[in-house]
Amino acid sequence: MLSIKDLTVNVGDKQILKGINLEIKAGEIHAIMGPNGSGKSTLSHVLSGKAGYDVTGGSVMYQGKNLLDMMPEIRAREGVFLAFQYPVEIPGVSNIYLLKAALNAIRKYHGLSEVDAMDFLTLVKHKVKLLEMDEKFLYRAVNEGFSGGEKKRNEILQMAILEPKLCILDETDSGLDIDALKVVAEGVNSLRSNDRAFVMITHYQRLLDYIKPDFVHVLAHGQIVKSGGAELALELEEKGYSWVENQVVA
Amino acid sequence: MSAVATSRYVAEYGALAPTLPGQSLPWLQQLRRDALTKFSANGFPSPREEEWRYTNVSAIEKRLFTPALKQSSGQVDADWLKAQQLDDAWSVVLVNGHFSTEYSQLDSLPDGVTVISMADALVETQDFATLLETHLGHAVNNAEHNLVAFNTAWFSDGVFVHVPAKQVLTKPIQLLHIVTEADAMATTRNVIMVDELAEAQVIETFVGLDNAYLTAAVTEVFVGQNAHLTLTKMQIESEKAYHFGGTYAKQSKDARFTHHNFAFGGLLARCDIHTDLDQASECELNGLYLGVKRQHIDNHTRINHLKPHAISREMYKGVLDDRAKGVFQGRVIVAEDAQKTDSQMNNRNLLLSDDAEADTKPQLEIYADDVKCGHGVTVGQLDEKSIFYLQSRSVDEETARNMLTFAFANEMVDKIKIKSLHDKVLEQVLARFPQEGVEKDWL
Ligand SMILES: Nc1ncnc2c1ncn2[C@@H]1O[C@H](COP(=O)(O)OP(=O)(O)OP(=O)(O)O)[C@@H](O)[C@H]1O
Ligand SMILES: [Mg+2]
Repeated sequence: MLSIKDLTVNVGDKQILKGINLEIKAGEIHAIMGPNGSGKSTLSHVLSGKAGYDVTGGSVMYQGKNLLDMMPEIRAREGVFLAFQYPVEIPGVSNIYLLKAALNAIRKYHGLSEVDAMDFLTLVKHKVKLLEMDEKFLYRAVNEGFSGGEKKRNEILQMAILEPKLCILDETDSGLDIDALKVVAEGVNSLRSNDRAFVMITHYQRLLDYIKPDFVHVLAHGQIVKSGGAELALELEEKGYSWVENQVVA
Repeated sequence: MSAVATSRYVAEYGALAPTLPGQSLPWLQQLRRDALTKFSANGFPSPREEEWRYTNVSAIEKRLFTPALKQSSGQVDADWLKAQQLDDAWSVVLVNGHFSTEYSQLDSLPDGVTVISMADALVETQDFATLLETHLGHAVNNAEHNLVAFNTAWFSDGVFVHVPAKQVLTKPIQLLHIVTEADAMATTRNVIMVDELAEAQVIETFVGLDNAYLTAAVTEVFVGQNAHLTLTKMQIESEKAYHFGGTYAKQSKDARFTHHNFAFGGLLARCDIHTDLDQASECELNGLYLGVKRQHIDNHTRINHLKPHAISREMYKGVLDDRAKGVFQGRVIVAEDAQKTDSQMNNRNLLLSDDAEADTKPQLEIYADDVKCGHGVTVGQLDEKSIFYLQSRSVDEETARNMLTFAFANEMVDKIKIKSLHDKVLEQVLARFPQEGVEKDWL
């Protein structure tokens, strides 16, 4: 589904990503861990098409197409979804409005008609329940005045409604209390399927207790320095990053 | 100086004067003479005056607009008129500066509520004339600036609204000012009195056919003790028109005054909103100005905290595109006696093009020591982070920009509680900016 080869990315004169290689197949769950500032969010932003990053080398193929050539909204319509580490507040645009606009943009792109108003409401309410949110959130402005945890939950709500193919979760677990973490994990698990892949960026094993990854990668200084199975995360929790950072290819 | 001293308007005044209302009222004649003297000395305000620094009205002098005669009220297209009128409201229509009995719709006004032509009220035999003697020219005087003086000397008509004590009006009153003639000027003086414990909602709409013309309107407002007036101004003049509109309010103890100012039209539009706050009174001033093409839209507000414990809230927002220019000058003055004042003033401007401009000047003048006063201004573009966020959710960039622009403006529209008015204002907002992606039905 996603094939990243030798990806190098600069911000201004500074190289942040220094040759990333990653293969993700449909149905898989990948966890990316790594120290602060190692480039995890940068990678997620580059994949979703945020401006301000200069791809200086390498390639990213998504479902056989060059992802880097697509506008951000096209990537989204093709099924790439980023749950942001820091979701943006959008005063004046209600959650439900954005959801409708997003869903219809995706449907139109795929040659479908606008969603029926009743069907839409039924769908949204169902997902709101799944994420144990108050329906009132639908009518509030996107993320405005939401607590940190509510923002994260809202990102997953959007994901559950838009049903993307490649879900990138950037530290969705940070800032969630234990109950919320469970709810969000259940939300993610309910979306697991053979034709959908997940990339979960996290610092903590506790998320991976609920959503078991197939692969764990360690990103340090702009490179993936180690990859392994679910057990790698446990090892990291025990030994810290310095253990793998020291293994950086000389 | 001498050039303006010979304002061409003054030269025409002699012939006009005998046709103006209030001939039999010595106090009004005196007021008009004072105004004329003051206007004759300096003409229209000049950019040399601090309050007019950003707004040059010399075009009004150059163009010489002509007062329309009452007879010219003539024919107004019925469908067009209907489109301007609010459903479910009492409606006063002024055509080219003259009250039109024919088009106004004032059936079943509650007993004791007065809504009449200013010209009719200013007749010696009317009780209203006595009331007006102590009100007209008392919320604002000729010394304010020369457009007020001009209005005082020249006004041809207007509306007098009086809601007696304890009367709570169930429907809004719309004062619809329309100008149908090219090169005409419509100069109206309006007085709105809402007495003790009464409640009313009044809407002033200014609109015209696609001509160059001048509107110079002054509205004086008196909100009695514990009364509540919501006044909405919807300025949607033709894009060739010149508009001056001043609203000057006096609030008694515990009075509430809510003002919504939608400044959308005109080639050059200047609006003054002033209010004087007595003890524990409250005012809320909301404004939205939208400028496109070469529009110049200037809003001046002044809130006078004269007595203790009053509350003022002000939020003005501007959206400026193309080569449009927006001006906001907001003064809050807290008198020495006005302890425990609670005041917040905000002005936010959104620039949609590199050639658009916003000049904003908040001024706090505080002479009391125990007060809570804040202000904030911003001038900026759409937030790139927000645009990307929407794009990451499948919304294309142009739609995202439209959505965010609309959301910025819509905050002010959403403050209107009267459904039919809300929808009319919304329609006007949507008509002024690209709507691709803004789905009204989803709101
Ligand atoms: N716009 C920018 N300008 C300058 N430096 C940047 C910019 N964006 C990112 N960086 C730098 O790139 C590096 C990687 O940042 P990134 O946000 O990707 O880290 P991260 O791995 O997500 O960290 P964290 O775990 O703290 O979220 C950091 O050193 C950061 O300061
Ligand atoms: Mg990060």
